[in-house]
Amino acid sequence: MRAWHFSENAYPYLPPADTYSSIRVTLPNRNYDPAKGADLYHRYIDEWLIAEDEGVEIMLNEHHQTATCVDPAAPLVLAILARLSSKARLLILGNPIANRRQPVRVAEEMAMIDVISKGRLEAGFVRGVPYEILPANSNPVRMNERHWEALDLIVKAWTVHDGPFSWEGRFFHQRAVNIWPRPWQQPHPPIWISTTSPSGAAAVGQRGYVQATFLTGFEGTRQVFEGYRRGWQKGGHQGPVPIDRLAYAALVYAAPTEKEAREGAAKLLWYVTSNKVPLHIANPPGYVPVAANLAMMRGAEHPLSGFKKNASVDAAIESGLMFAGTPDQVVAQFKKVYDYVGGFGHLLIMGQAGFLEHDETVLGIKTFAREVYPRLKEAYPDKTPSWSPKAPEGAAKFAGVGAGP
Amino acid sequence: MRTSTVKLAGIDVEVFEAGSGNPLLWLHGANGFDPAHPFVKPFSERRRLIAPSHPGFGKSGLPAWLDRPDDIAVLYLELLDRLGIARIELVGCSLGGWIAAEMASLAPERIAKLVLVGPAGVKVGPGDKLDIPDMWALPQEDVNKLLFHDPQKMAMDPSKLSDEQLSILLRNRETTALLTWEPWMHNPKLKHRLHRVKAPTLFVRGVSDGLMSAAYVEGYAKLVPGACTATIAAAGHAPQIEQPAAFAAAVLPFLDG
Repeated sequence: MRAWHFSENAYPYLPPADTYSSIRVTLPNRNYDPAKGADLYHRYIDEWLIAEDEGVEIMLNEHHQTATCVDPAAPLVLAILARLSSKARLLILGNPIANRRQPVRVAEEMAMIDVISKGRLEAGFVRGVPYEILPANSNPVRMNERHWEALDLIVKAWTVHDGPFSWEGRFFHQRAVNIWPRPWQQPHPPIWISTTSPSGAAAVGQRGYVQATFLTGFEGTRQVFEGYRRGWQKGGHQGPVPIDRLAYAALVYAAPTEKEAREGAAKLLWYVTSNKVPLHIANPPGYVPVAANLAMMRGAEHPLSGFKKNASVDAAIESGLMFAGTPDQVVAQFKKVYDYVGGFGHLLIMGQAGFLEHDETVLGIKTFAREVYPRLKEAYPDKTPSWSPKAPEGAAKFAGVGAGP
Repeated sequence: MRTSTVKLAGIDVEVFEAGSGNPLLWLHGANGFDPAHPFVKPFSERRRLIAPSHPGFGKSGLPAWLDRPDDIAVLYLELLDRLGIARIELVGCSLGGWIAAEMASLAPERIAKLVLVGPAGVKVGPGDKLDIPDMWALPQEDVNKLLFHDPQKMAMDPSKLSDEQLSILLRNRETTALLTWEPWMHNPKLKHRLHRVKAPTLFVRGVSDGLMSAAYVEGYAKLVPGACTATIAAAGHAPQIEQPAAFAAAVLPFLDG
């Protein structure tokens, strides 16, 4: 079991939510104070380095035009961390390559970070949530096709070492690709993809990359991992899916006392509850398939939207979105989800959100690292295979309708 | 009245036909074509009305290579060849107006008369302001206000549609995004080609059209030699649907003239 400290680089000092229609895309940046923002950047970087000191790996991500995640160029922060850290693995999850016009540039950025960090990069790629469409002016139709073509081009740029090659694809055109530097890790850094739908996970499984799913809870996560296993078999991979190919991102807060833990956990809920986005920004045409749009027009709801209306620490724990409490409680909650979904090898810890202050964040990191993590590593060794748990009776099909954060 | 499937460049294109007389090619807008639309009757009484569903709309296929309105313009010139029609009257609404303008600039000799109804396709205003508002960046109720003179009466009610009808509308919406996303609602080359248009051309605009402003339609019309403009009262972006009688009264005499 590997644990990763994940922080979205949030900027929480906002006017009351009823004074704006969306925290993403359209919220004017006059609400951003660069002086406060600078302090936050420094603080969040410190927290990643504290996680490293505690033996936890580092993870970060990228969003655009949003107060929820002021990291619109994740490779920049990753580059800083590559220099300041020395032993943690560095996971970027990820590069939104369906929205980036130059995949070769992404290949170069990742290769640089891999070299600077001396081979500690875990290179993640995401299709990007729907709110990224407008900031990137990116066509929401055929994003998956662009995503996969971009990734194939990046992998080729990383692995061809005999001088320039050309690429004339459906979406990208290059006449002479020959990146310097090439990656440190051979043949290339481990590749991660995040997706929260079973069909998306099947495409990842087919290629054998690491699959991460975010806040999909008990049933959603089980079905996403099941999708991965289907794809894994279809891709001709031998044997069961190794546990290190599956990752789950949850809100995690451990503290010595239940009272402290619940106070911290309640603050972490900001990650979900602050995400105020109107439908026209959350669901651009073509982002989800026609069938999913039809289901939404007939009243279907993303599981997280339902949760958001009555968000509470208890509801989050019950849904498998959160592990929070004393170390004993967190271990027990973790085990329930782990057993239900067929196991996973990476826990992506959303360990800071909103108004969870520095001391509180550090308490969560340290309590987890010292009291929880060793027990998880002992109970869930990296070499165990994942398995296919029996589907519970009457489980509704999880289509990954809409999009989570 | 019949609907058939014609294979064009490997794509199954659904083509509706009704009436007899001079052929008239009708190119629908972003919402798609429906034989029940109120303009079908007055036009098919006077013309052989030919109305294809664009690739990705209705039940027409959509190949992976197709992503621009001028791709469809070329396809419809092939349709004319297939139907053995040398010259045709052409009416295009909104997105269909864009395709029609592309056709008329590519093959001016094939077009006898050209009617562009609230057409997209060009950029005439300043670079720091959209000519056509970004309807994807607005709540649906605001979009309805831009689309209709009387949104209360005209807005779509999904509860009255079958799953199949709704799925077609959702797919139409997706294909519209594919075709118009970037550059937003226009082909930067088109305005440098429109001087080639030879057909007498009529621009039609609903007076309450919130998408295609009067200034935009005026600027567009200036690019087409000799074009004139008609305004339909009490109508928005789709005057052919919101005021079908007034629309027919403005367009049919132009076609006959």
